[in-house]
Amino acid sequence: MISSIVFSAVLAAGVAGFTYQVRRLRRGLALARPSGRHDRTSERWATMARVALGQGKMGPRPLAAAMHLIVYVGFVLINVEVLEILLDGVLGTHRLLRAPLGSFYDGLMNFFEVLGFLVIVACVVFLGRRLVAGPERLKHPDLAGWPQRDAVNILVIEIVLMSALLLMNAAEYQHQVASNEQLVTSSPWWISGLLLPLFRGWSTSALSAFATSMWWLHFVGILAFLNYLPRSKHFHIILAFPNVWYSKLAPRGQIPAMNSVTTEIKAMMDPSFVPDPNAVPPARFGAKDVHDLHFANLLNAYSCTECGRCTSECPANQTGKKLSPRRIMMATRDRVDEVLAGGESATQKTLLDDWISREELWACTTCNACVEACPVNIDPLDIILQMRQYLVMEESAAPSTVNVAMGNIENNAAPWAYPQADRGNWIQS
Amino acid sequence: MSLNVPTMAELAARGESAEVLFWVGCAGSFDERAKKVTKAVAKLLNQAGVSFAVLGAEESCTGDPARRAGNEFLFQMQALTNIEVLNGYGVQKIVAACPHCFNTLKNEYPELGGSYEVFHHSQFIEQLLRDGRLRVEGGSFKGKRIVFHDPCYLGRVNGEYEAPRALLEKLDAEIHEMKRSKKNGFCCGAGGAQIFKEPEAGTAEVHHVRAEEALATGADVIAVGCPFCKLMLTDGVTHHGKEGQVQVLDIAEAIATANEL
Repeated sequence: MISSIVFSAVLAAGVAGFTYQVRRLRRGLALARPSGRHDRTSERWATMARVALGQGKMGPRPLAAAMHLIVYVGFVLINVEVLEILLDGVLGTHRLLRAPLGSFYDGLMNFFEVLGFLVIVACVVFLGRRLVAGPERLKHPDLAGWPQRDAVNILVIEIVLMSALLLMNAAEYQHQVASNEQLVTSSPWWISGLLLPLFRGWSTSALSAFATSMWWLHFVGILAFLNYLPRSKHFHIILAFPNVWYSKLAPRGQIPAMNSVTTEIKAMMDPSFVPDPNAVPPARFGAKDVHDLHFANLLNAYSCTECGRCTSECPANQTGKKLSPRRIMMATRDRVDEVLAGGESATQKTLLDDWISREELWACTTCNACVEACPVNIDPLDIILQMRQYLVMEESAAPSTVNVAMGNIENNAAPWAYPQADRGNWIQS
Repeated sequence: MSLNVPTMAELAARGESAEVLFWVGCAGSFDERAKKVTKAVAKLLNQAGVSFAVLGAEESCTGDPARRAGNEFLFQMQALTNIEVLNGYGVQKIVAACPHCFNTLKNEYPELGGSYEVFHHSQFIEQLLRDGRLRVEGGSFKGKRIVFHDPCYLGRVNGEYEAPRALLEKLDAEIHEMKRSKKNGFCCGAGGAQIFKEPEAGTAEVHHVRAEEALATGADVIAVGCPFCKLMLTDGVTHHGKEGQVQVLDIAEAIATANEL
């Protein structure tokens, strides 16, 4: 009875905490202007099914893809067991589903145990790749400090959660053996059975206490993890889905037109043109801060799990330039957090200059390698281009040589200073 | 072979029209190395008997570098002016010899009122081959090692990886791939208005890295499909001291050479 009350209270606190965090995130996303991406919904669901659910863009790196698939499937399926934990916890029962499910229950537990074991293996491999020997992108300066600690925390938490489950099962079985109870299952489950030697010689009360504590550790751990997520890169496990739903469906090579500019130019070219009287002029051309970006940009930033595939493919980054597409996303997210935290920094600082330098923005070749590389369709290039629009259209702050090229385009219709009248000269030469 | 390249204005004056507009682009009009590509495309179109014309002095930068440098105003000035000219001539089909022009005409002009069927020259020439309007004689590239560098705005951005390779296959040469090709192709470093500015501080130049990767395949010819890639990789090959040994050729130039045009 008491444990039911404690359980319910912990559960309520965990859910309340998570709800509070999600509200905070929603306030962050609400800073953005609308994305306009509510069209073509069936295509959006299909993209989500293929890219997020189906892991469709993980293929190019098979080892990471296989390990990630294990953790992903393991996480989703093993959480089915959370259903039983919730029922047991609230009702004060123990393994409520064992009797009704019969031998199917044993099959399920064997399956979960194998998955759990594989998750532990995958997490250990991931830790090894990150801390010992792995790709450069996992040791990149982008990750110095908190991001790297965050990554290690996540892997350790997952190992602890899975281990708690396996140890609980082992201790519980050993308890049955030690207390000469009639065995509910004739043989131990596959993985926890291998752990039985750890518990030889333990008293029945120690075994019982240990199994109970592992049960609580698993449950409290899940809730703690749930509350850790929104402050971590690991929130991608949830946000990847809506994030992919909001993917850019327009052709990859299309930068969306600014309608206010079209109106202005049409009015210039055609004196009889009547602009839409309801059109609202933009507060600003391009993006100086997160408020100027659109909803999908900010959702991208919160969905980024900092894997660095974008940066490892970026020609600027790979030739030692300061630009790192991953850092563009991390900086955008951190700036939204800064605005949400309020205070002087929220109003005194901006995404441009305080978080992302002009040098980074001008190093981009717009090659789209980062866009292609992202397994969840994050688009760092979109943010870079909007910030360039701010620099050029609001501050006229392009590099001087780019200004020369643009001046030429304006004056003689080519980026170089050749007269337009000579464009056909190649035919005779 | 002398070129037969009318302008749209000349045809209109004679009351004629063309099946397709050849969009030459700024590099193709003015840069010596890119002009060779322009002429190669024109020769191939002539050889296939394609009815085409150019805009000549009426052509104007598509606005791609301005837009990607963040100058939406200048981009739209260019785009809306070009669209007025193109629609004025009733243009329906365009073949562009530059992936940046190709991308902008194909993907960015429709939103501003300019919808055309747009081809990159590798796609158009490959179609001519498939339709039997053009043949590749082969021979001069026999036994040579050719590696193709995917232009970002043809490959990754517009998903066209096969047309240029299908053309190179016709040359009786050994076709090699770089470690990073197709979707993972590494940029030449020119795009996004980079070619018009000094690079930011770093440890290497993008085009040196890409040229090194191409040279590592042991290629005799680095084939490209973009005038800017051609400029960048030619400089890269020179940087590695391989000028005179390794050629950087546009696919159109290679086919025209094979056909002894």
